Amino acid sequence: MQTLKAVRSLIHKDIVLEWRSKYAINGILLYVVSTVFVCYQAFKSVDPTTWNALFWIILLFASVNAINKSFVQESRDRQLYYYTIASAKAVILSKVIYNMLVMLLLSSIAYLVYSIIFRNPLGDPTLYLAVVALGAVGFAAVFTMVAAISAKAGNNSTLMAILSFPIIIPMLLVLIKVSKNAMDGLERSASYDELMVLLAINIITVAISLLLFPYLWRD
Amino acid sequence: MKKYWWKILAVLLLLYSIIAGLLGPVPALPIVHETIRNVYFHVPMWFTMFTLYTISVVYSVKYLSSADPHHDFIAVESINVGIVFCIFGLLTGMLWANFTWGAPWPNDPKLNGSAIGTLMYLAYLVLRNALEEEQKRARISAIYNIFAFPIMIVLMYILPKTTDSLHPGAGGNSGFGEFDLDGSMKAVLYPAAIGWILIGIWLMTLRFRLRKMEYQNHTATS
Repeated sequence: MQTLKAVRSLIHKDIVLEWRSKYAINGILLYVVSTVFVCYQAFKSVDPTTWNALFWIILLFASVNAINKSFVQESRDRQLYYYTIASAKAVILSKVIYNMLVMLLLSSIAYLVYSIIFRNPLGDPTLYLAVVALGAVGFAAVFTMVAAISAKAGNNSTLMAILSFPIIIPMLLVLIKVSKNAMDGLERSASYDELMVLLAINIITVAISLLLFPYLWRD
Repeated sequence: MKKYWWKILAVLLLLYSIIAGLLGPVPALPIVHETIRNVYFHVPMWFTMFTLYTISVVYSVKYLSSADPHHDFIAVESINVGIVFCIFGLLTGMLWANFTWGAPWPNDPKLNGSAIGTLMYLAYLVLRNALEEEQKRARISAIYNIFAFPIMIVLMYILPKTTDSLHPGAGGNSGFGEFDLDGSMKAVLYPAAIGWILIGIWLMTLRFRLRKMEYQNHTATS
């Protein structure tokens, strides 16, 4: 109960902090929109497979950039203060949930802009949106832990990319496959296996993050 | 004799697998023909790599609870040797694929999965180099190792099962077990696998002892 309360107030603190400055969220939204425009200018029109792959690549880079910041924007002293008032589990859980919310917002805006600019017929829009949401949540779960690790290791963005890309590839492959299924409007039962794999990866990464983070934060 | 019997056993098993693997009877199959003997060398590489990575993750967990630097040494040396076996596995596989599938690198999920898995463990080594302080390096790399391990399993062993693969035993292909009716191939494959696993562990312990001596020298002088 104590942990849940701490998680709630930490998330609230993150949202308020972000709302006051609006720096990170605006920056990353501008990043997504300009990337979409660059792709549009470069490609003009694309076939469905490329459309799908391009969308996930844009989302991948945007989420790496968005989540990379999550552990460095606060000073060391302030982080120490959090650890004195809340358990490490509450800190990582609040970061994961906050990043999931950010990623859901980010991916829905990215999807909106992308599909307005690049028009492309979707066979099963509901399933496609569900896959985008699942992907956003999964990216947040994996990248939060990797961002925590790379923040401890001097935090250069190269390290973040090196550490996170091999880990995210399995999830990305499954996402691209399921979203292609949704785009082609295949039977939903054809995608159940992949959806289960996605859900399993999400649960496993969050569970491992919860187990490992208490060892990570101490210096 | 008491302590190094398993090293002699490893050498004997390898000698047996090389002689019996090259001279023993194999089922006559189209396409693969005699290259089926590669199964005695290709498959044990992956068994050894998987064993070493498992040892490494076990010692990473142990390190987190004990903070004993020797556990960290075993974890990192297992990964070093495991990467070597992974590269040999890829090379024997590419040689084999060139004969049977017509190209050294066909677009097969298992190949791509193991290549990406190797990237993951190379990233582990890069992460170690990025950290200066010894205890911090040991702890953070142990955390990354434990985090990466289940994803490696998904990548190499679960995803290829769900998609079409050229490998036997996946995507509707039949496994080798169905051709090996009298068990003569299993009689070579399993000893070969045990032999290579023992050789891998032997290499790991050699490198571990070297690193331990360096560490002792280092702490003695400073």
